[in-house]
Amino acid sequence: MTVATDDLEALLDRASSGVAFDGLRIDETDDGYSLEAGENRWPGLDEAALGRALESSDEYVTNWRYWQETVGGEGTARRAFLRWCERAPLADAEDAADAEATVDAPLAVPERYDALRDGIDREWGQLSITARFVDIDDPDGERVYDLWHVDDADSDLADLEVYDEPRDAREIATHDDDGRYRPLKTAPTLPAGWAFTGLSGDDLVDAIGFFYPATIANWHRERRGALDVDHWLETAERQTGIYDVIDELPREAVEWMAEACCVDSQCLRRREWEYEDGDELDADGGDGPFPCREPCSLVIAAARKWAILESEEERTYELELTTSERNQLEELIDAVAEGRVDEIREADVNDGANRYRARYLRAKRFGEEGLEATPVDE
Amino acid sequence: MQALVIAAHGSHLNPDASDPTYAHADTIRETGAFDEVREAFWKEEPHFREVIRTLESDEVFVVPLFISEGYFTEQIIPRELRLEDWDPDRWESDGTSASQATLEAEDVGKTIHYCGPVGTHDAMTDVIIQRAETATENPDVGEGVGLSVVGHGTDRNENSAKAIEYHSDRIAERDRFDEVKALFMDEEPEVDDVTDYFESDDIVVVPLFIADGYHTQEDIPEDMGLTEDYRLGWDVPSEVDGHRIWYTGAVGTEDLLADVLLERAADAGADIGDAREAVRELAASVAETGADSGPEPNAGAGAGD
Ligand code: SF4
Repeated sequence: MTVATDDLEALLDRASSGVAFDGLRIDETDDGYSLEAGENRWPGLDEAALGRALESSDEYVTNWRYWQETVGGEGTARRAFLRWCERAPLADAEDAADAEATVDAPLAVPERYDALRDGIDREWGQLSITARFVDIDDPDGERVYDLWHVDDADSDLADLEVYDEPRDAREIATHDDDGRYRPLKTAPTLPAGWAFTGLSGDDLVDAIGFFYPATIANWHRERRGALDVDHWLETAERQTGIYDVIDELPREAVEWMAEACCVDSQCLRRREWEYEDGDELDADGGDGPFPCREPCSLVIAAARKWAILESEEERTYELELTTSERNQLEELIDAVAEGRVDEIREADVNDGANRYRARYLRAKRFGEEGLEATPVDE
Repeated sequence: MQALVIAAHGSHLNPDASDPTYAHADTIRETGAFDEVREAFWKEEPHFREVIRTLESDEVFVVPLFISEGYFTEQIIPRELRLEDWDPDRWESDGTSASQATLEAEDVGKTIHYCGPVGTHDAMTDVIIQRAETATENPDVGEGVGLSVVGHGTDRNENSAKAIEYHSDRIAERDRFDEVKALFMDEEPEVDDVTDYFESDDIVVVPLFIADGYHTQEDIPEDMGLTEDYRLGWDVPSEVDGHRIWYTGAVGTEDLLADVLLERAADAGADIGDAREAVRELAASVAETGADSGPEPNAGAGAGD
């Protein structure tokens, strides 16, 4: 491990006004300097002795340098996120979720330095992040970050498409594996097969911003207890133009909508918005690491459709179906809702959503006008 | 620290809708004029609602990547950005003269310089002309040529026509093209009858739209008679009624648009150094080498929702 001379100089410069960071503490007292590095304490040092003591505390010194000089940005979401990446204690740890505090307890500098040699892994939605030293054999405290899909955790780097420009994340995130456009960035359909390696902290934060926009900012706010949630009604009432109608969506329908759109199988954000303050929805908000603070534009657009559809009167129809055909309707809707249609095998006629079964039902029950059903309440 | 936010529409259905936004943002990133450059959208992420909190800068310049003043620039964007004390009167605009207003963003406590849209900035006139140059591959295009600026029309926004007419008038004043005419999709004079409005054999048609999509790649080429079916594509130039029509596709994809974004921010007080020169040089070199994608019909583009 090496401590650069300029690190020592920078620290000595600052010693008189006091340094306190990540277990490193330097104070100027009446009988010289006192130094604290983790468990070790050196009182009453003159400048030369302080320099020598710092050299023997190289991990604390290079750690200080990385965070205070390279990363900087005291109080920013960027800094908090990078600290989270290597399980460093966070300034706002008191507010952090208890589960994390016990399972993923923050590491002090020596343990963190050990771990950074092997790389510290974190998951952020479908992203896997590794924080590690640039130079593993002779670390100087500089960290870099690797980023890939969680599904590629065991893949060989040689089998992945390797990128180093954060903006490339935009391209990767545009389509799913079937080539379909992903308008919702937090849909759990991010394709695998790529890797970013050796990113700087800033580049990592940029790349994540392209994969999952605003998730770091809102996560940070939530940790500080400053997440500003806009519930359904206030968001709906704010809308104008063609979206003006969505506040007419019945409460019950908002419940169905949250169940349709916001559960983990559809979106990795954890829905924090409710019907209104003090009126919670029953639908599960999900377990994603990043909070959703208000209905997204996709949900707003869909809500408009449902507001229009829900304004229709219900009617009673009479139609002829065998029991199996009735069940088949259930299977068809279920297959579409679960996105299972493409998985149904051509010849699997036991599956009600099999294409031949659906075509047969259509041939048998659909007339010129489609489904032969008679309204009985006219 | 200062940040630039490019506020655009985006689409839930068509990924190409945001391409110009990303392209111009990247160009400006390269200049290093801003500490942070961020795209923000109505229909994509980051949403207008969340974008400001992703920035570390205290001074934020927001430029709407829209053609005209109206519902989006006057209501939606300021509302969704939570700009305290916003009122369209702050722009003191006649429909094409909005410059900027300085406001506070309620949720983040940052100073926001909210600029007028790119489409009505004077520099947009140059982009339209540059578009004509790129499409004809002639840096001196003008003599013996008619130019039409095409807009949507008034069904959605009364200022939309004003922006089209504003630039048409400015181009006409320069006496560079033999004739200049503002035409519309949904109101008179209509782009369908483009050849009725020109005597020149050669007519360059520049749609004042931000992104290529349904209107610029399907409607307008078919309405003008460049092609029977947009999926078959069309030639540049195409023969219609004895005229040669040079159809350019959406002006918003022109590289020089990054320059308009920069000017908007600079007008609002951003310190952009010599970024404009860098962008102009880049745009000129692209125009010369013809490396621009040009008006390729894009059969895959769905309707902008
Ligand atoms: S509103 Fe629902 S679907 Fe949209 S981002 Fe939030 S949790 Fe996801």
